[in-house]
Amino acid sequence: MEVPILKQGPYLIATIQSALTDADLLQLRDSLVEQVGRYRSRGVIVDVTALDVMDSFASRTIRDIAQMIKLRGAETVIVGIDPDVAFAMVRLGLNLEGVATTLDLEEGLVLLNERARATKR
Amino acid sequence: MRLPPEAEEARVPIQSDTDIVTARQRGRMLATQLGFTSGDATIVATAISELARNIVLYAKKGEVALTPVESQDNYGLIITARDEGEGIADVRQAMQDGYSTSGRLGVGLPGVKRLMDEFEIVSEAGKGTTVTVKKWKR
Repeated sequence: MEVPILKQGPYLIATIQSALTDADLLQLRDSLVEQVGRYRSRGVIVDVTALDVMDSFASRTIRDIAQMIKLRGAETVIVGIDPDVAFAMVRLGLNLEGVATTLDLEEGLVLLNERARATKR
Repeated sequence: MRLPPEAEEARVPIQSDTDIVTARQRGRMLATQLGFTSGDATIVATAISELARNIVLYAKKGEVALTPVESQDNYGLIITARDEGEGIADVRQAMQDGYSTSGRLGVGLPGVKRLMDEFEIVSEAGKGTTVTVKKWKR
């Protein structure tokens, strides 16, 4: 199932709406990396609230997305990691090292705005 | 304790990434039917996702069986991930943290072991691998 990506001003917001297969995750990665260039976006938010499981493949792909977006000159924030999912990730030994995370979409937008201001100075 | 009638054993054939999702969703449903907390149901689903992915990555195809079990005063769920792939040459090495022959994942089996209450692996070169894990309701 494809993840819808919404263009909101200088940001792209990808909202995961159901369980994703490995192929869906790779498709999301490629779409974001492409669209960040097409729309000259400054930031990307990936909302994972509805993601059922963050296993090793999903974690790795999310890290890849953040690093690739960074190389394209924009920032990534992962928002909405469910408490149960966070617990399972920690037990499994997974982390999103180096990737910005916030509680929800609202906080994610705040973080991107702060970073945009900091860059302008 | 008698098992709830809706909690039926399930066998999910695994040969693609969509089967991984099917297996973990079936496992979550079964765990919920057995009264697992949502946290433990997520743990079960995560373990299934890892085990099923190992099958797709290393053996191409296999099966995940989900079996509800009962003890005197509790329920549990047994997950059996079976394949007829090449088998794991060195199981002890595969159980070390950070080890992965695919060079891609690196949490693999030790991570799954940490998620579950019981863990057993049988692997024979040329014949395949069976990983059996169990989670009890808390």
